[in-house]
Amino acid sequence: MAEILFFVFATVAVGSALGVVMGRSPVASLLFMVMTLASVAGIYVLLEAHFLAAIQVIVYAGAIMVLFMFVIMLLNLGHDYQRDLRGGLFALVAFVVSGAMAGLLARRFGGDEALFPFLEGADAIDAALVEKGALGVIAEPLFTTYVVPFEITGILLLVAIVGALVLAKRRAS
Amino acid sequence: MSLDFSRNVHFVWALLPEIVLCAWGIGVLLAGVSGRRDPRRAGGEGAVEALPSDDLGWLTLVGIAVAALANGWLHGVTEIGASSMIAVDGFRLFANWIFLLAAAFGVVMSFTYVWRQRLQAGEFYALILFATAGMMFMAGARDLIVVFLGLEVMSISVYALTAFNRRDRRSAEAGLKYFLLGAFSTGFFLYGLALTYGATGSTNVTAIALAVENGAATPGLLVAGVALLAVGFAFKVSAVPFHMWTPDVYEGAPTPVTAFMSVAVKAAAFVAFFRVFLVAFGGAYASWYPLMWWLAAVTMVVANLVALAQTNVKRMLAYSSVAHAGYLLVALTAANEQATAGMLFYLLVYAVMNMGAFAVVLAVGRQAEDNLQLDDYAGLGNRHPLLGVFLTVFLLSLAGFPGTGGFMGKIFLLQGAAESGLWTLSVVLVLTTVVSYYYYLRLAWYTWMRDPILDDQHEGVFVPLSLRMALAMGVAVVLFLGIFPGGFMALARESAQGLAGVGTLLLGMAP
Repeated sequence: MAEILFFVFATVAVGSALGVVMGRSPVASLLFMVMTLASVAGIYVLLEAHFLAAIQVIVYAGAIMVLFMFVIMLLNLGHDYQRDLRGGLFALVAFVVSGAMAGLLARRFGGDEALFPFLEGADAIDAALVEKGALGVIAEPLFTTYVVPFEITGILLLVAIVGALVLAKRRAS
Repeated sequence: MSLDFSRNVHFVWALLPEIVLCAWGIGVLLAGVSGRRDPRRAGGEGAVEALPSDDLGWLTLVGIAVAALANGWLHGVTEIGASSMIAVDGFRLFANWIFLLAAAFGVVMSFTYVWRQRLQAGEFYALILFATAGMMFMAGARDLIVVFLGLEVMSISVYALTAFNRRDRRSAEAGLKYFLLGAFSTGFFLYGLALTYGATGSTNVTAIALAVENGAATPGLLVAGVALLAVGFAFKVSAVPFHMWTPDVYEGAPTPVTAFMSVAVKAAAFVAFFRVFLVAFGGAYASWYPLMWWLAAVTMVVANLVALAQTNVKRMLAYSSVAHAGYLLVALTAANEQATAGMLFYLLVYAVMNMGAFAVVLAVGRQAEDNLQLDDYAGLGNRHPLLGVFLTVFLLSLAGFPGTGGFMGKIFLLQGAAESGLWTLSVVLVLTTVVSYYYYLRLAWYTWMRDPILDDQHEGVFVPLSLRMALAMGVAVVLFLGIFPGGFMALARESAQGLAGVGTLLLGMAP
């Protein structure tokens, strides 16, 4: 059952990802992207990462995509930039780069097992999931090992808000 | 006191200067918002604008001073136990001094400008503080994630500062250009980070160094990661061919911001560049050495040649800053302890002399964005002798004239290059320096040897007392470093100790 579901989700994810790139109108691309994100969330559920799945739906498929939708609709983007999006040469370059990347990754992950202690962690992750739950596995490193980057991210968001407000606020005087 | 990072509380002590700056930035923001609504100040037209901005400027300076105290306190602190995300070493602390110096100078430069241009003072000063904190995160980062986050905190603050003057279309254009190209380079950096993680299985600089030295890293992925990270850094230090944004952004940004970012952003990017490449990728030196060699050579040659053709002083100084990035890349190519110390010393001198030159540009620009052509400097020295002398000293130092700090800085860079046997690159450095004499001295020549074109040309050139004192101190520092460089160079050498060549030491250490 799980395997069938996995293939369904995977097919939908890849198919709609292609739809994002090939789509003729920005709105259609965006809707395809929502579908991609939703099916990836489904795969997370199959991996028993329920928390990630929920976050994926709420934050990405929900909040961020709605924001994108607003931007695209408010700016009223037409079709006049179509030729910027596609080009034979660029498609070729993109294909070669992705191919090279896939090859490198295949060599990295398909090759000598001893090189990747962090890949042997599948069992360890299962054990941790049983022990701490789906939330604890994420929360514990976030607030212990990675507490400094976490706090810096807070500053980063504050700076971004201040910068956006300064530049976009309507002047009183 | 000694810090043990297995206890999370100790991160607070290790990051004290950064925490002070961030907290102070929030305080300045709040003070800026509340100050404008203060009914006592709502009386006269001028009073509303003038008083809060100056008060906020001084408040910001106090914050920088407190952060400097915290930084000084860190000098007595040692790290024990396993290396963590934050480094507490001389390299970071020396760099922090440079950032704090640049921030203080930038704030003093902004006093009159912010008032004249009616900028929102609270946000302006707060963004300077946040940017400085971001630079410090970069300098202290021993983890690529922290480098990246520091880079973003710094960059986003600086993007906003660049576009801050909304009455000026050039400022908005520069801000947008910087933002788009900067976001692009961030993509490169992040991709490089991800590939490096894929190759080595860690984002910690020490662990990466270990994996690279042991040969445990996948070669293809590692090289791709190193190359992409180099592109990301090269953009931030504005090395040719990633320098296209520099002249436009430096010209369009408000002059105090230009001064601040030409110095501090470059310093932060170089410090992180050195730590990541010398420590993390020290074992892969052979793979990135040719890249840096060409980057340095091309940057020095192209920037100096293009600078010759500039008649706008801000653009000329922008190309000059690209050229200085080239000189510093020579130190990175050399990759030894002497070169690292030379880099720190040079960044210190560069901070003072470049900001000093921009301060004079600001004065001639009437605390605004006017009078940026060479002709506008004709006869400046005769009308305002002190300003002329200041400008001349800073220009001579930028050119690397004997007796100034810039000269000693170049000598130290050359020593580092010689130690690694980079003879061709040293020759290029010296030759391009000779070329650069032309455009620096041309400005000095306009200042002293030309008659003013109009009689009232230099009326309204004015330097506030606080900035005048800062300029005098800057001149004193530049000359002092030129004549007695020993003390500061010894400090720089001490700070650089244990950074370069650390790779071999690490082999016995746990990651």
